[in-house]
Amino acid sequence: MEGNNIIQVRNLCKSFGNLNVLNDISADFKEKKVVSIIGPSGGGKSTFLRCLNLLEMPTSGKIIFNGVDLCSNVDINVQRQKIGMVFQHFNLFNNMNVMKNLTIAPMRIKGKSKEEAEEKAIGFLKRMGLEDKANAYPAQLSGGQKQRIAIVRSLMMEPELMLFDEPTSALDPEMIGEVLDVIKQLAYEGMTMLIVTHEMRFAREVSDRILFLDGGRIDEDRTADEFFDDPHSPRLISFLQKVL
Amino acid sequence: MGFFEQIVVILQRYYPYFLEGVKNTLIIAAMSVVLGVVFGTLMAIMRMCRIKPLKWIAVAYIEFVRGTPLMVQLMFIFYGLPMVGIEFPDVPWIPNFSRFMAGIVAMSINSCAYVAEVIRSGIQSVDEGQMEAARSIGFKYGESMKLVILPQAIRNILPALGNEFVTVIKESSIVSVIGISDLMYGTNGVIALTYRSLPCLAVAACLYFILTFISSRLVALLEKRMKHGRK
Repeated sequence: MEGNNIIQVRNLCKSFGNLNVLNDISADFKEKKVVSIIGPSGGGKSTFLRCLNLLEMPTSGKIIFNGVDLCSNVDINVQRQKIGMVFQHFNLFNNMNVMKNLTIAPMRIKGKSKEEAEEKAIGFLKRMGLEDKANAYPAQLSGGQKQRIAIVRSLMMEPELMLFDEPTSALDPEMIGEVLDVIKQLAYEGMTMLIVTHEMRFAREVSDRILFLDGGRIDEDRTADEFFDDPHSPRLISFLQKVL
Repeated sequence: MGFFEQIVVILQRYYPYFLEGVKNTLIIAAMSVVLGVVFGTLMAIMRMCRIKPLKWIAVAYIEFVRGTPLMVQLMFIFYGLPMVGIEFPDVPWIPNFSRFMAGIVAMSINSCAYVAEVIRSGIQSVDEGQMEAARSIGFKYGESMKLVILPQAIRNILPALGNEFVTVIKESSIVSVIGISDLMYGTNGVIALTYRSLPCLAVAACLYFILTFISSRLVALLEKRMKHGRK
């Protein structure tokens, strides 16, 4: 099964009014691979990621997830259960404590029993060293803790694909490491992931492949080492000079 | 006889008028706020919905009601509607039922428009990311609203709703003009019997203040209990 396409993007365009954010993007993403998306601000990285689970409705084009075109008449709520998403600003449910944040979706959507969901949540929390935070509310956690809980919240739904939208951009520098370590561990375990990030060293370390998105187009699409050692696109070369 | 002695004497002799008034004022205010919240919530949902005609109806209703005086609305319901054949029925075992109904309906229609705006702004004040997170995990729109957005919106809505209740208690004094025996009506009655306006009005003002003060304290208490670990 290895090597199957989990998600295929065909001629994806997205515009907000007159502003064309994504111009005719096509790409395939394979199972169990980690792909990072890098590029300047306003280049369309986040919009691209958000189109993949239809948080943004594409203006035109197709997004085929496991053979199903998401833009056609499918129940998007069912498809979204299989696509985890981690946000820049964590977006933990502020009205629920950590345990409730983790268990509400498995219980409500997947019909898991409370015991089963909580046992699984405690397992995750222990692995993260956060089991003492089960009854804390999001407002009582640090940024790094919130983001790790947010990742666990997605994992609780046993997703086939995880999307990360700048998961460390809102964190204090000393908390970035703890979040990146979790993502690395997931990569090691074979989770399929798409990561929008500004952490170049991390991207190189964790990714099988890196896309450079600028001006709404994929300007470079290479393996991680080639991307940094042998960039072709002039814009990528100048971008790398600025950030490295 | 000094001012305070007058108040004491008036209270001793005429307290049933004031008690009856307080009771009726509370009934009208409570009914109006309950109905106002129920229909105000529906109105807020209509106001935010994507079906354009429903949205327009809600906007028109809210703007019109907020832009006309409660006195006019009350007169319209009480005197105007019977002229076109719409009358509130009389119920034998509740005295003055049709009057009460007119008062409550007018107050509710008025309160509904204000509550709708309170609820809408409360819902829209919740961070958009909360809805995105709920939707991206697979919750439907309605579930996301119920489980994530509304519980947080209530924190913002509740204080404003408490203010609305306080406002309704005060504004309800207007129903005395159509002969509903609320606190203001009772006060006028006592004035007519005693010819002592100032002490009677002082009593009424104190009673209104006690009602509104207690309500706003209760809301503050509720607010405190819903903090979820936030400062």
